[in-house]
Amino acid sequence: MSIRALEKARVGSVGVRTPLIDGVDKVTGKAQYTADLPAVGALCGRILRSPLPHARIISIDTSQAEALEGVVAVCTGADCKVPFGVLPIAENEFPLAREKVRYRGDPVAAVAAVDEATAAEALKLIRVEYEELPAYFDAKKAMAPGATPIHAEKPNNVLREVHAEFGDSQAGFKAADLVREKVYRFAEVNHAHIELNATLAEYDPERGHLTLHTTTQVPYYVLLKVAQCLEIEEAHIRVVKPFVGGGFGARTECLHFEIIAALLARKAGATVRVLQTREETFLCHRGRPDTKITIKLGMTKDGKLTACHLQATQLGGAYASYGIITILYTGALLHGIYDIPAIKHDGWRVYTNTPPCGAQRGHGTVDPRAAFEALMNEMAAELGLDSFAVRRINLLQTIPFVTAYAQKVMSYGLPECLDKVMKASGWAERRGKMPKGRGLGLACSHFVSGTTTPKHWTGEPHAVVNLRLDFDGGITVLTGAADIGQGSNTMAAQIVTEVLGVDWKRLRVISADSALTPKDNGSYSSRVTFMVGNAAVDAATQLKRILIDAAAKKLDARPEDVECDGEIYRVVGQDPGLPFSEVAKAALIDTGPITVKGTFTSPAKFMGSKSVRGSAIGATMGFCYAAQVVECSIDELIGKVTAHKVWVAVDVGRALNPLAVEGQIQGGVWMGMGQAMSEETRFSDGRMMHGNLLDYRVPTMAESPDIEVIIVESIDPNGPFGAKEASEGMLAGFLPAVMDAVYEAAGIRPDVLPLTPERIVELLDLRDGVRL
Amino acid sequence: MKSILTLTVNGRAREDLVTDGMLLVDYLREVVGLTGTKRGCDGGECGACTVLVDDQPRLACSTLALQMHGRHVETIEGLAIGGRMSRLQQAFHEKLGTQCGFCTPGMIIAAEALLRRNPNPTRGEIKEALAGNLCRCTGYVKIIDSVEAATAAYGATP
Repeated sequence: MSIRALEKARVGSVGVRTPLIDGVDKVTGKAQYTADLPAVGALCGRILRSPLPHARIISIDTSQAEALEGVVAVCTGADCKVPFGVLPIAENEFPLAREKVRYRGDPVAAVAAVDEATAAEALKLIRVEYEELPAYFDAKKAMAPGATPIHAEKPNNVLREVHAEFGDSQAGFKAADLVREKVYRFAEVNHAHIELNATLAEYDPERGHLTLHTTTQVPYYVLLKVAQCLEIEEAHIRVVKPFVGGGFGARTECLHFEIIAALLARKAGATVRVLQTREETFLCHRGRPDTKITIKLGMTKDGKLTACHLQATQLGGAYASYGIITILYTGALLHGIYDIPAIKHDGWRVYTNTPPCGAQRGHGTVDPRAAFEALMNEMAAELGLDSFAVRRINLLQTIPFVTAYAQKVMSYGLPECLDKVMKASGWAERRGKMPKGRGLGLACSHFVSGTTTPKHWTGEPHAVVNLRLDFDGGITVLTGAADIGQGSNTMAAQIVTEVLGVDWKRLRVISADSALTPKDNGSYSSRVTFMVGNAAVDAATQLKRILIDAAAKKLDARPEDVECDGEIYRVVGQDPGLPFSEVAKAALIDTGPITVKGTFTSPAKFMGSKSVRGSAIGATMGFCYAAQVVECSIDELIGKVTAHKVWVAVDVGRALNPLAVEGQIQGGVWMGMGQAMSEETRFSDGRMMHGNLLDYRVPTMAESPDIEVIIVESIDPNGPFGAKEASEGMLAGFLPAVMDAVYEAAGIRPDVLPLTPERIVELLDLRDGVRL
Repeated sequence: MKSILTLTVNGRAREDLVTDGMLLVDYLREVVGLTGTKRGCDGGECGACTVLVDDQPRLACSTLALQMHGRHVETIEGLAIGGRMSRLQQAFHEKLGTQCGFCTPGMIIAAEALLRRNPNPTRGEIKEALAGNLCRCTGYVKIIDSVEAATAAYGATP
């Protein structure tokens, strides 16, 4: 057999480039997303939103809307008095505003009507009287004494302040030969997933049951919060995640439109479809906050870091969302990548009258990492050191390594990433010798492979996978994990295929339907491959044991003498053995169809330390590491920066599916590129100015660089087959790498992102001493 | 006002009574029931609704259904003939030109339009032709690889 044919025969096994198990549906148009589901007779749900950034609601009159022919239900804040929020300690959002609105776009009322036009007409008939309040769009004004609180319980408009110090930072800075402090600003960005937010809510008034199909990364959270807000039994709700068109963190919490759809469906006693526009999808937001980072580093003359002090201020928007975790993450991942004797961290998460921020790919770690790496590069240059050398001297020395934040680093492929990316990019020969207007830059970054501390502590395992085997010999993988395009269905099937040694086509995956699949904590913090993957290993191992026992019985042999060669079970050394279909039938004798349950629980020693405050955040079993070199050019006339090529080496532990791993890495690097080059939300007095994909500048194909991926496999001792995460850890590195490349190209050091032509021209003028 | 619309969709003749203001994307999704054509924006921003009209790519969200009178409209559902995926569909599947899959129908249709007018595009020509189609998952690299692979396959077998 040729190598290609051999490869093809093994498709679906671990380590083999395997197309997505649901890929054919996606390329043929068969894949159904929420808005594609049959909704014959469904009512159309629409939301009325606040025109003011901060105001008290004096009155809402819905009588005219209710009287309009074709309107079936109208809801306001009076229909739901229970607040929701992703963190049990900070639930301060209502699906429909009560008493106050806190951003332009805050939902105030909603209607369900027979068609779109009637629903739109009904919204116009709702009369809302507001008393305007002072609104805040920057941290200083929001935190100023005497500012009106956006939430009564936080009079200074600070959701969370964090202060921590590990080691003696003062002594560290004293021991340094060079100390530099610099301020960096990162604009707020949005996930801009291409599928618009949507929910189809079916209510059965006879039984009081509710079924939601919705655009979510965490069906479990949607179920919890809908039950909570509607005050109905969780057992009476079913949440299904159809195909989902991307998430990137936007959908890692239950969102207002999902609860609103449920409220309307119940009130109307019918099926309601809520389709959100692009503008509304932007308003729902949950993106990466506008962040100011002040960073101070101490370095010896040979580049060894002696201390780090990072201060982060995030403009979090109007509600808590993930904010407490996001601000903790700005400190948590200062650890675990380099060996730094002293780390000091201060953070402020501030409420503002803008759409709420939340979790976005690289949650809370991207902007601090970018600032850190940028200053590291700048100081290296000042000391006459190479960017690679300054990283190598700061690498962790012994693995396993326990960080000051109580994280355990069990595998560490960063040194190899550096070596490989240096070679691939031709750094040694090219850096410093690039033609005018062109440059190379380097940076490193990392991210957790799943948080070991779930936000809803229930005492359950971290992940559960069921496998079903029935008379037909088909194996069904049942997992609650939400495949949002990252390929978790494929990953789970590959692991089962590998462990059982069966034909890939024998498997089907049913995922993320609360009526059928075991609960999963959701697709966030890059937890799924690590945790669900390990649960899949456990489930498949159990099923294999059952199959071997059945084969042994049928072959009249001892189980330990039965070997499994692909789908053939035989006594060691004896031919011809039993085919899988016969073994499966034998296994069903006396028991009937088989369902096994595999679980994975993270040991407590990976959950941070009680003696380190906040260490539940950033606690993980394995870090993904990345090093990347970016090549860019700069057109000084118009201030345009172009990224031409990226070489990125990523330690993913083990690439279960190298094809998918490459895809995730390219997507991650590219999303970092968008943030670095062109993406930013913009508001004018709280009015969204970016609410479409033309003004919110996602890079197009024409301006996107080639991204060459080098996979590094450190084989993590705890990951499934050694795997770690592969889609977040490389994002942050692009930002500081391109900043450094710009320095080589033009001799300027950007400190505000994105690198818009206006900002670049300003820096060039400053460099040239141009007076305006 | 409603009018009779006569056209072909994926090679099949149709006649429907449609309102004058109905957009092609809504006609395809709600009237014909072909939901492979996606809506990803509020009009002309993302390319997810790209369809072929007489071999030319066109945004179904910015086209009135009635403008299609007497025209041949093709959607993603029409590319697999006899249940066999087209070269582009095969390549997007095998090379992972799709992740979440939401931009994929529009992307493949735009690529199909390119290959019909230029069977051997360079990487630069692919980038230019597909620049109106946004993808948020792939960073585009594997999309370009997929179109190139389909082009190679196109050259190999007539």
